[in-house]
Amino acid sequence: MSVAIPTSVGEVVDLLSRNPQATLLAGGTDLMVEVNLHGRRPADVVALNRVSELRSWSVDSSRRTITIGSGVPYAEMETGELARLLPALAEAARTVGSPQIRAAGTLGGNLGTCSPAGDGLPVLAALDAVIDVVGPNGARQIRFADFMVGVKRNALQPSEFVRSVTLPLVEGWQGYAKVGTRNAMVIATASVCLVRTNDRVAVALGAVGPTIIRATDAETWLAANHTMSSRPNTDTLAEFARLVRDASRPIDDHRSTAAYRRHAVGVLAQRLLTRSYS
Amino acid sequence: MTAIGSEMYTLSVNGREHHVRDSWIGESLLFVLRERLGLPGAKGACEQGECGSCTVIIDDKAVCSCLVMAASAQGASIRTVEGLGPDGRLSDVQQSFLDAGGVQCGFCTPGFIVAVHHLLDSNPDPSDLEIKEALSGNICRCTGYGRILDAVKQVSVSRRSTAKDGAR
Repeated sequence: MSVAIPTSVGEVVDLLSRNPQATLLAGGTDLMVEVNLHGRRPADVVALNRVSELRSWSVDSSRRTITIGSGVPYAEMETGELARLLPALAEAARTVGSPQIRAAGTLGGNLGTCSPAGDGLPVLAALDAVIDVVGPNGARQIRFADFMVGVKRNALQPSEFVRSVTLPLVEGWQGYAKVGTRNAMVIATASVCLVRTNDRVAVALGAVGPTIIRATDAETWLAANHTMSSRPNTDTLAEFARLVRDASRPIDDHRSTAAYRRHAVGVLAQRLLTRSYS
Repeated sequence: MTAIGSEMYTLSVNGREHHVRDSWIGESLLFVLRERLGLPGAKGACEQGECGSCTVIIDDKAVCSCLVMAASAQGASIRTVEGLGPDGRLSDVQQSFLDAGGVQCGFCTPGFIVAVHHLLDSNPDPSDLEIKEALSGNICRCTGYGRILDAVKQVSVSRRSTAKDGAR
């Protein structure tokens, strides 16, 4: 086994080109659990913690977008300028594990693992994030909807890795909500990100299907049947929640039942829509 | 770029360089601290980042050492509970845990002590909510947390009064 500690994106590309089977190590909060408890023995590891380019973020004010390096830890998204620009991502970041986990865990790690319960992923889905992927043949951009293809499966080819994520700076309201068995240190039972602009809402559901699910029927119905500038009435909220529930495809597992998860995403989506008007 | 095979690597712990030899290169920092470097202060319980007993400070961030691949921490500055007090004496946080009765079985204590040092270094006057949030990744099954919160508040008050006296 070997551990390589590159300091530039170019070095990471070289290492992965030479050894496409190498295991990438971001914050370690997923990989080291497998090493410690599940006997995983990676042959070769490429640690990304010293690649400074991956740990920075920037705003493109002409395109109205923000690009976040895949190695920026969640702790940096919780407060300050990043939180002001992306309130839903800040809310999602605050629900990740504990302060110790948020100091280590990254969006790149969330994307590499691609668990349906990944806390950052519903935000990327609701905001139509674009994932910037680098490999031996250069860079390519993948829409989040095309990036996550199944439970813990993504569109990365061997030798490719996630350099950054680009999100639009949206005029409007955005929020995130999550249900788990307690507040701290919990993996989502169900989670929702909702973004409301002038004429539409976007709703993305976490932990209720093999991938993050966009509730497109609920989005379309609301845009057609509700004036976004006014508060929704009880009937509108109920129908919206019903369509969100119908979009979910949850399973029973050790963390919850499908029935509870389906109920929970409806409640969370309805709550976020209400909150967007307060 | 650094690449490590099975050869030795070096970690900077509590201001001292430590050479790690004859280890499996994928070992966690927690394991290396305890079993290779003779620093058993950080405790191993869950080994999946849930209990906080293994908390250490790496480059001014409090993290779970069980989730750090030790070899990837080369070049970083690591502080463990052994390195917090001056010259082998108790730190003010350690003394305050004793005074307030914030220690019972003691297993979680080193992780709490490190997390509290990290909190008070970045936020000298935390509210109750901020203390609870900062310690939400550390689990104690004995004390019920009340006396741990008391201990944190005592240190916060005494540090600020010392700072005020110093300014006079």
